[in-house]
Amino acid sequence: MTSYGVVLFFTTSSAIRAEKRLQKEGLRIKLIPTPREFSSDCGIALRFEWADRERVCSLLEGARIEVESVRCCLD
Amino acid sequence: MIYLDNAATSWPKPPEVIRAMGQVLESAGGNPGRSGHRLSIAAARWVYQTREEIAQFFQVSDPMRVIFTGNATEAINLALKGLLRPGDHVVTTSMEHNALMRPLRALESQGIRLTVVPCFRDGSLDLEEMARAVDGSTRLVAMTHASNVVGTILPVEEACRIAHRAGALFLLDAAQTAGAIPIDLSSLKVDLFAFTGHKELQGPPGIGGLVLGEEVEVSAIEPLVRGGTGSRSEWEWQPDFLPDKFESGTPNLVGIAGLLAGLRWIQERGIISIRSHLQGLRQMLVDGLREISGLEVHGCLDSERSVSIVSFTCSGKRVSEIGMRLDEEYGILARVGLHCAPAAHRTIGSFPEGTVRLAPGILTSRDDLVRTLEAIRKIVGS
Repeated sequence: MTSYGVVLFFTTSSAIRAEKRLQKEGLRIKLIPTPREFSSDCGIALRFEWADRERVCSLLEGARIEVESVRCCLD
Repeated sequence: MIYLDNAATSWPKPPEVIRAMGQVLESAGGNPGRSGHRLSIAAARWVYQTREEIAQFFQVSDPMRVIFTGNATEAINLALKGLLRPGDHVVTTSMEHNALMRPLRALESQGIRLTVVPCFRDGSLDLEEMARAVDGSTRLVAMTHASNVVGTILPVEEACRIAHRAGALFLLDAAQTAGAIPIDLSSLKVDLFAFTGHKELQGPPGIGGLVLGEEVEVSAIEPLVRGGTGSRSEWEWQPDFLPDKFESGTPNLVGIAGLLAGLRWIQERGIISIRSHLQGLRQMLVDGLREISGLEVHGCLDSERSVSIVSFTCSGKRVSEIGMRLDEEYGILARVGLHCAPAAHRTIGSFPEGTVRLAPGILTSRDDLVRTLEAIRKIVGS
């Protein structure tokens, strides 16, 4: 069973900003509709490989992109 | 046709702007931030990219502090009505456009205290008067960056320092300067910066923005409009985070795409070379008009201290007649009258008749101005 992560944001602007930043680093990511099991402020979430979790978090923090939460999901 | 009304709106728009506006509808026609599907995300990318490039252009470190509005007027209304409360003291100048003056007068009738600092006849600001008007009770100093009537650039760095020294915030109306002269908000620490997209930024009408300075608390400003933001949909209360707090309702995606294309078009040409071109055109107009007997050129004669706007009157001739003949007989489009700025016309001494205003743009040539001066010479000589 593989697992993936989802970053939840307050606003779409942050989601797009995060996508730009992480794509620049060549990370495998995708913007997705926020899974309904998560109550989120924003309709768009960012899916990433769970193995990249630390890198994703530190890049978002470094770019001062505000994140609501980071969740782990199982495929 | 010679279009000299760029201070009202720039024309013609670069073909890239018009193309981008069609392209965004074709390729990214979803509602940004509302849905999670590809067209919605594509639209959201376009909006964010514009936010980021506007931030870079004005040297704003956090793109989320760029709030899109319909125009500079809406941005100014958001800032003033969002921030000011009865009892607050506000200082402005006698060179303001009604975009700033009318909301201030309305707020004055609701209990703010307003001081209008008189300017000199050439449109320049008396900084000593301003320093006297601002005190510890002043909440905001709000003023234009450059007069839309005579083009005079006001000493906003000094005025901003006066405001900050007194603990007041500073609002800048950059409708006539954004895209026309270099503006670096990392050194000019403006708290509220209102711009429009359809003038020198070369974008279409219907898009502008307000930049919130780093010292401004988001909680200190109430939104002008509340509604759907695509975020926090389970809540019936307006979100309190940027930029959603101030951007309710479906945004003007087409206008935003046009603005981005206009901004890039300007950057390709370089703001310094645009500035030098416009400054040269203005000086040529000023010098040419001063040689025509019977004309009075208003405002600052030194184009280094002005944006690309010249106002003149002619003794014995109505400005409306000059404007009409320029259009009908010579195909030269100018704007006559009071230019939505009665206070400024009182200051320069042209109220209530107004002036003939000529505003060359980036695409105006020196040859256009030779023909314009010749036409004016013939009209006033007849």
